[in-house]
Amino acid sequence: MVTPRLRTAFSDRSLGSYSFDLINMALLLAVIFITLYPMYYIAIVSFSDGKEVLLGRVRFWPRGINLQSYQMVLRDDTVIRSLFNSILYTSVGTAINLVLSTLCAYPLSRRDFSGRKWLTLYVAITMFFQGGLIPLYLVVLQLGLLDTMWAIVLVPGINAFYMFIMRTYFQGQPTALHEAAIIDGANDIQILARIVVPLAKPIMATMLLFYAVQHWNSFFHALIFLTEKARYPLQLILRSVVVESTFEQMNDIGAATDFMVLEKTIRFSVIMVSTLPILLVYPFLQKYFVKGVMIGALKG
Amino acid sequence: MADLPAAKPLSPARPGTLQRAGRVLRKDRYLYLIFLLPFLYFLVFHYLPIYGVIIAFKNYKVAFGIWGSKWVGLQYFIEFLTDPYAWKLIRNTMLLSFYSIVFGFPIPIILALLLNELQISWFKRVVQTVSYLPHFISVVVVAGMVVNFLSSDGLVNRIIVALGGESFPWLMQPRWFPGIYVISGIWQHAGWSSIIYLAALSAIDPELYEAATIDGAGRFQKMRHITLPGIAPTITILLILDLGRIMSVGWEKILLLYTGATYETADVLQTYIYRRGLEGADFSYATAVGVFQGLVGLAFVIGANYLSRRLSDTSLW
Repeated sequence: MVTPRLRTAFSDRSLGSYSFDLINMALLLAVIFITLYPMYYIAIVSFSDGKEVLLGRVRFWPRGINLQSYQMVLRDDTVIRSLFNSILYTSVGTAINLVLSTLCAYPLSRRDFSGRKWLTLYVAITMFFQGGLIPLYLVVLQLGLLDTMWAIVLVPGINAFYMFIMRTYFQGQPTALHEAAIIDGANDIQILARIVVPLAKPIMATMLLFYAVQHWNSFFHALIFLTEKARYPLQLILRSVVVESTFEQMNDIGAATDFMVLEKTIRFSVIMVSTLPILLVYPFLQKYFVKGVMIGALKG
Repeated sequence: MADLPAAKPLSPARPGTLQRAGRVLRKDRYLYLIFLLPFLYFLVFHYLPIYGVIIAFKNYKVAFGIWGSKWVGLQYFIEFLTDPYAWKLIRNTMLLSFYSIVFGFPIPIILALLLNELQISWFKRVVQTVSYLPHFISVVVVAGMVVNFLSSDGLVNRIIVALGGESFPWLMQPRWFPGIYVISGIWQHAGWSSIIYLAALSAIDPELYEAATIDGAGRFQKMRHITLPGIAPTITILLILDLGRIMSVGWEKILLLYTGATYETADVLQTYIYRRGLEGADFSYATAVGVFQGLVGLAFVIGANYLSRRLSDTSLW
């Protein structure tokens, strides 16, 4: 199995160096295994027959393939409603994030903007000083946003860190187009809408993914701002099913289905349903994030 | 402050100042208009809460509002700091952060060094792709995995039983909580945290390695004398940041994982603020605890930065 490439990689090396490479690769294989196995285990249990799970026979591959737990989960009203809520909060929230972040980043990216220094400071201060949990809760309460979608989508409206990444990107855009547009009599709003944003598609895509993942995964704002169960996002339902082990239909599972479906396979199916969207966008995320992290780290 | 000289023309000797300010504002009026919504956002959801911190010094009642409520001065701070439980909270908060730093901080560095030594680029990409993934999984899922793997019939206890041991109630034992917290944190974030070191590694001049090879340096020598010094500033900065964050632990995960049985080691300032403030509606008291936490946290940031500037010339400001 030694490919030509491998052979060149190892040639001209001492025995010590060679064994170092082997140990290094073994360690990194272990890293892969430790990272993936817990997730893989969740997946194979969720697909397996409850009886096999109970007997501890599910280890490295699913046994007695059984999709009944998925059927139960996807037929459950609470899960479906929360799935719908999560999709709603994620799409509305991300749209708000993108609009607000763009509106914030563009003026701050303009070196000739008279308010640039003070408004940058205005934003940066919020990265270091926060009022904390209770004062934020009271603001939401006073605005009458408690128990509404707006608390969930408006409170995380701009992530200052992401916004500064965006500003850095805007600053890197060529100014020639701006100048031409100004000569043509365009105002700043027109420049933003017709030139800056259309030229910023890569950063917009990056921000879209980052904000969307953040919304999809968030549970704490929903926990403190929502009381009506009909408005719960998936993560809160996930919390009660997976962490606190309460699934509304669990009572009639054991007897009715003859252990084909187990509490555990149900729990793991809910995990799978909630994590699948993340796994689907992960390849795209990965394509963009390294760049994003580096821009943020070096220039933020 | 750097542009004070530029502001000098504002002296009354120049009569056209107001007009000029007006002209500047008119030139930038659309930019200010664009900034209006973000301005309001930060005002409402960031500056109003900062202003709301006043209630830590008042006996806040929702019905009376912030100004209608009575001033109580430092009463809640004194009440908190004289409560023996406060010290348990502070200790738990700092210990969980401390363990995370001691055990969690070196791992991304080691991972980055190992990845850097890897000769096969596709294998390197695979390791990176896999190890970044858990970072994007929600904290609820991670907590769910921990709870299920550590349950009496969970994966961990199954392995222990198979090896001849006995099933153990991990999540019910206060002494195991820090370990569970730290290990699940490493599992989720170590790969992601290594990115920044890999970026620093890629910035090291390859000529240094070539020169060292010519001088007959081995791989460990190169690692010690070129690679590590090359990323030392990055390590310092990240360590400062971590030390500065010592008062803010990953309390969302704690909230999901702790139980009454493990409060002894798991209850931290933030979870206490959540319980007292929101479950107990003790708004002023919980805000006071939050202010205390913020101040101590700030002291740590400043202290860590000072220390680092004295010791290594690397600092945040």
